[in-house]
Amino acid sequence: MNSPYLAKTPSVTEIMAKVLLALIPAIAALVWFFGPAILVSLCLASATALLCEAAMLKLRKRPVTPFLMDGSALLTAWLLALSIPPMGPWWLIVTGTAFAIVIAKHLYGGLGSNPFNPAMVGYAVLIISFPVQMTQWLAPASLAQAHLDFSTILHYMFSGSLPSPLDAYTSATPLDTLKTQLHLAKPITEIMTLPIYGKMGGVGSEWVAAAYLLGGLYLLQQKIITWHVPFAFVATIFVFSGIFNLYDPALHAGPFFELAGGATMIGAFFILTDPVTGPTTPRGKLIFASGAGFLTWIIRTYGGYPDGVAFAVLLMNICVPLIDAYTQPPVFGKKK
Amino acid sequence: MLDAILVMSGLALFLGSVLGYASIRFHVQGNALVEKIDAILPQTQCAQCGFPGCRPYAEAIAEGRADINQCPPGGEANIHKLADLLGVEFKPLNAEHGEPKPKSLAFIDESTCIGCTLCIQACPVDAISGAPKQMHTIIASECTGCELCVAPCPVDCISMVPVAENISNWKWKRPSYLEQDAA
Amino acid sequence: MRKLYHFNGGVHPPQHKSESTRHPIIKPPLPEKLVIPLHQHIGNTAKPVVSKGERVLKGQKIGRAEGYVSSAIHAPTSGTILSIEQEPVPHPSGLRDLCISLEPDGMEEWIELQPVDYLNTDPSTLRNRLRDAGVVGLGGAVFPSFIKLNPSNRKIRTLVLNGAECEPYITCDDMLMRQRAAEIVEGAKIMRHMLQADEILLGIEDNKPEAIAAMKAASGDEMEVVAVPTIYPGGGAKQLIRVLTGIEVPAGERSTDLGVQCFNVATAASVYRAVRYGEPLISRIVTIAGNVANPGNYEALIGTMIDHLILQAGKNEEENVAIMGGPMMGFDLPSVRVPLVKATNCIIVKSEKLFPKRPAPMPCIRCGRCAESCPADLQPQELYWFSKAGNFGKAQEYALFDCIECGCCSYVCPSSIPLVQFYRYAKSEIWAQEREKKASDLARIRHDFRIERIEREKREKAERLAQKSAKAGSEQE
Repeated sequence: MNSPYLAKTPSVTEIMAKVLLALIPAIAALVWFFGPAILVSLCLASATALLCEAAMLKLRKRPVTPFLMDGSALLTAWLLALSIPPMGPWWLIVTGTAFAIVIAKHLYGGLGSNPFNPAMVGYAVLIISFPVQMTQWLAPASLAQAHLDFSTILHYMFSGSLPSPLDAYTSATPLDTLKTQLHLAKPITEIMTLPIYGKMGGVGSEWVAAAYLLGGLYLLQQKIITWHVPFAFVATIFVFSGIFNLYDPALHAGPFFELAGGATMIGAFFILTDPVTGPTTPRGKLIFASGAGFLTWIIRTYGGYPDGVAFAVLLMNICVPLIDAYTQPPVFGKKK
Repeated sequence: MLDAILVMSGLALFLGSVLGYASIRFHVQGNALVEKIDAILPQTQCAQCGFPGCRPYAEAIAEGRADINQCPPGGEANIHKLADLLGVEFKPLNAEHGEPKPKSLAFIDESTCIGCTLCIQACPVDAISGAPKQMHTIIASECTGCELCVAPCPVDCISMVPVAENISNWKWKRPSYLEQDAA
Repeated sequence: MRKLYHFNGGVHPPQHKSESTRHPIIKPPLPEKLVIPLHQHIGNTAKPVVSKGERVLKGQKIGRAEGYVSSAIHAPTSGTILSIEQEPVPHPSGLRDLCISLEPDGMEEWIELQPVDYLNTDPSTLRNRLRDAGVVGLGGAVFPSFIKLNPSNRKIRTLVLNGAECEPYITCDDMLMRQRAAEIVEGAKIMRHMLQADEILLGIEDNKPEAIAAMKAASGDEMEVVAVPTIYPGGGAKQLIRVLTGIEVPAGERSTDLGVQCFNVATAASVYRAVRYGEPLISRIVTIAGNVANPGNYEALIGTMIDHLILQAGKNEEENVAIMGGPMMGFDLPSVRVPLVKATNCIIVKSEKLFPKRPAPMPCIRCGRCAESCPADLQPQELYWFSKAGNFGKAQEYALFDCIECGCCSYVCPSSIPLVQFYRYAKSEIWAQEREKKASDLARIRHDFRIERIEREKREKAERLAQKSAKAGSEQE
């Protein structure tokens, strides 16, 4: 052994645990506004992730316990579960999680080596393969036509049958509704009066976004993440949606709606901040997150999908080695 | 129809001239390749490759007369470098030319030396000093360890002494761990 | 209040300084045997100038400086030369090196000392004096001081004295400043004279209020004592120069070119003793800390066995494993049966409790904590990647040689990756490759020359033969 003989640092496990902890407020908000379905899908995703992780570690002849304990598989599972409709059938979440862990993470070399955010790869696979199931979002409890309790959820997830028709429980997301209504040539001002819209975003979902923001601030305070990525991402979306909203408020939703709606907040603080698949230099982080913000806005405004965070993240992941190579900061004594 | 033919021939003409220009503009001198190969070779001048020195071997490689795996002092590391440079597959060292050995220097037992100068004539880098009927000495800093002086000595007074690790040539070891061994 | 500057990163390891500053510097009893290595400085090994069995006096030169970058070695006390042989030395390799062993006779009989009046002596003579007195940098780098005191026509504005002592456990400079402030000030004045510097700045970390007070009291108008923030590695020469003057000295450049020169406070004191009293560097203050009953600072003769010193500080356990230097940049001694050298500023006796084993490394998750902590503004995660893969050329492109090996990156790595250890390995591999390249270039030149000579001789012989036969032909006619 050689110097340094001292160390003071949170371990990988502690870092991941803090990120998981920071997700708790958002999960609580989801339960409060949309019912306990999310808890079931979180458990299902976690179990799948840990099983797949253990199996892959065994196959790759890596020690199982330390890598299972690092918490990264669990985090991938949670982020994926939080990104897809909680009322999906059981195989939806299982397929997505398994794909994320087995293909996107371990086939690329496991922890630290995967170029793409595993949770977003899982999401992209699901939304391309199962678009119908992926749009059956739960309606906010206050707006749903039928009450959903725990046993009903379990029964539905594994058998597919419900006491009332599925439509009674679900609705399109605020971003999705916006897109369809715009296609029907309705002006934004009129769309925003629909019952699913709240003060800034969707009913309930705006509070979930606020909870993500709260968790993100905790991560900033704990120095788990730096300000660069969330700031650049949020600012880029804000600026673009702001400018276009000013230009034509009938066609473009306002900046605050873009921030509170969809996956903006979870993306800014939890997905884009994944260190493994993001750049390491401060300038690189700014470029990466602005790029992702711009792509998200482009996809939301002009693309076929209501939200664009996942594809924006994956597209920017490709650019990371290039961004890192071109944003090396000057070393000591060689600054201009 | 005619358009397509014109476009395609125009394109062919243009690309052809670009290629032609590039082959003139970026022409690699034959010698440049020899230099590059020679720079990789260890300059032991031991002739174990079957050529009378590193440069002739480099020329032979450049002209395709010799394989890249004939240099025992360079070892596998050098074969990898040559393979990278020439864009060919790596091959293990050809055992016909000898085995890699730890770097050694020649040492003359000065009590036995008769001053015959045969070793001086054999040394490819003039690393032995001495005169007829005078005792000979190896200049350690110039010796490449090629062993060419060992065979000619009529009294077998030259031996090869491996270079021992000392404070000035000592290296830090690669940290002995593999993260996948974490357990 | 002087404006202070900032450098990137740094860490705050627990300091453990109070343990060894409870009592003043102790002079341990004369050991039974001294082993004095001939290579205690950067540069060429000193050449022995005594022989076995010879009696030497205290302060007598026993090894002379060889070549320009070198320094002399002296007998730390009077006695008899026992041997000049390869002995174990304090080096991370655990290898042996040439040492002179000396049996003290207990008389402490000095050679005749020749003090110098520095104000009436030209700087070149003073530099030779320091070279002959074996004065080298005592902060740990042991670079011959006389070389750094040669401004060679460059204007030196600031002479920086380094009393920061940022590594945990080490307190030898702290105690020196508390107890011998005047010697430091006098030494600094000699250095200022030699460099013709405009000002002297003494940087001391603000965790040493006693030393700051003592130095302020002793310095008068001669120099400015500046309290600098306590942060590791704030005592690195480049970092301290940055904090005090705002100047960043790039890797591979000399600070003299930028008008600054930096010396450790202990070096200043030994310059003073060498000039004012003619005393060569034969002892130094060393902190003995860690797992010992009575940590403290000892003024030990060069060549004293480390275990002799550990015994003075109260051995806690039978088997001792010790670190030389601080816990951030020091190294494991191969054994405690090695001598104290000019570079030995601290000996820390290890224990499992003080330095718990780090968990097994995990893969790099690119969290960037290493880059945030790097005082040289490097990207340690990239350097690690390239060093690990043996891609040394790329590592050099990413400024591997700007790394000061402070160890902050390893200290903060959540995956417990031995980062700085990889950079040390990569650097020494690159040096070895460069040595080999040099040797092979030399061999190529010598071989080409030989071929040419043989050709020329052949040609000349042929010409001579031709001439001869031509001559013979004409004679026949």
